[in-house]
Amino acid sequence: MIEFHLDGRSGVAPYMQLIQQVRQALRLGLLVEGDRLPTVKEVVAKVAINPNTVFKAYRELEYQGLVVARPGVGTFVTRTLTDQSLAAHESLREELRTWLAKARAAGLDDESIDALIATTVRTPTEEST
Amino acid sequence: MTAPALKAVGLTKRYGRHHALSDCTLDIPAGRVVGLVGPNGAGKTTLLQLAAGMLAPTAGTIEALGGHPASGADQLAKVGFVAQDTPTYANLSIADHLRFGAHTNPGWSQATAEERIAQLGLDPRQKAGKLSGGQRSQLALTMAIAKRPELLILDEPVASLDPMARREFMKALMGFTADDKASVILSSHLVSDLERVCDYLVVLVASRVQIAGDVDDLLAGHFRLTGPRRELAELPGGVDVIEESHTERQSTLIVRADVPLDGGSFTVEKLTLEDLVLAYLSKAMPARPAWESTR
Repeated sequence: MIEFHLDGRSGVAPYMQLIQQVRQALRLGLLVEGDRLPTVKEVVAKVAINPNTVFKAYRELEYQGLVVARPGVGTFVTRTLTDQSLAAHESLREELRTWLAKARAAGLDDESIDALIATTVRTPTEEST
Repeated sequence: MTAPALKAVGLTKRYGRHHALSDCTLDIPAGRVVGLVGPNGAGKTTLLQLAAGMLAPTAGTIEALGGHPASGADQLAKVGFVAQDTPTYANLSIADHLRFGAHTNPGWSQATAEERIAQLGLDPRQKAGKLSGGQRSQLALTMAIAKRPELLILDEPVASLDPMARREFMKALMGFTADDKASVILSSHLVSDLERVCDYLVVLVASRVQIAGDVDDLLAGHFRLTGPRRELAELPGGVDVIEESHTERQSTLIVRADVPLDGGSFTVEKLTLEDLVLAYLSKAMPARPAWESTR
């Protein structure tokens, strides 16, 4: 069974952290179809968070079609997240390496590169708006 | 529709000329875990004692679970109150505490109480005065939970506990909330104590409610804007500035925006709950010259 933890300094809302941990576990195969998620009581007794936070995360996971709640029994995984984008990773990584080499050649240090990436990711592009 | 956990209109408590609580209006839905945050002396204890019926208001009204706080035995059975620093009777044993609870609370669950004491690994014959701070707080919480209240009010329950005992206390309190679907109101002067457990927040400073609301809504409606100073006037309507600071070239603003925010040339960032509370604290507290003189 999955065990949750919370990062108080990440800036990510607690319910979102729970969702991300389930999705991550599904991607890595740590959770598979038919597995039961811990009950709300079990989660709050482990990580000391508001039960509504857990409800909210589980509802969202259900909405995403990843789990189903069976009243009185528990919440069960209905689907794994086999990552279709995995195949694309290697070629994207190659392109990124080429780009990084260019950036370093242009005199950017790691900090400038991080800043450039962070601001670019956060700036809405025309396709995403 | 269930009655709100707490509803106050124009609630005011004065001691002579001193305002402990001024014109406080709140409408907190049932079934929430409410964090009441504010510096020491802000009026948190006064508000909680008014809600529990231990004080009478000078003006205005307050209702807990739809009832008048001091209206009688029925109301007292529904509302649990754990006073500051989780007091217990030093000379009474744990078993005596439970017996006392059973005699004074109509809804008392002895099974719940005994189960919790066993889980904590405590000997019922032990005197409360011999317990550690963490154990004493757990005993006080056990008493409050076994009473099976619909609304549980806790005044600074973890202030005097070490981090480990705090975590254990919060785990137990959240377990109770998950089981009983009760409403909980707890106060602290530290946001970090409440951040994980609360889904509703009330910020009280200098006897007044500065802001109250659903934590997710609050986080979604507040932003930090940073940008070049000259473009300050570009802020759109519907945006309230909570806090601002300026250097010659840069402005940093904490704003509340109920409309989607297009920062323009400002960088828009989300706030943590702690930053949000601090912005309201500094808004409500006059600047402290002491800070400047220590530079």
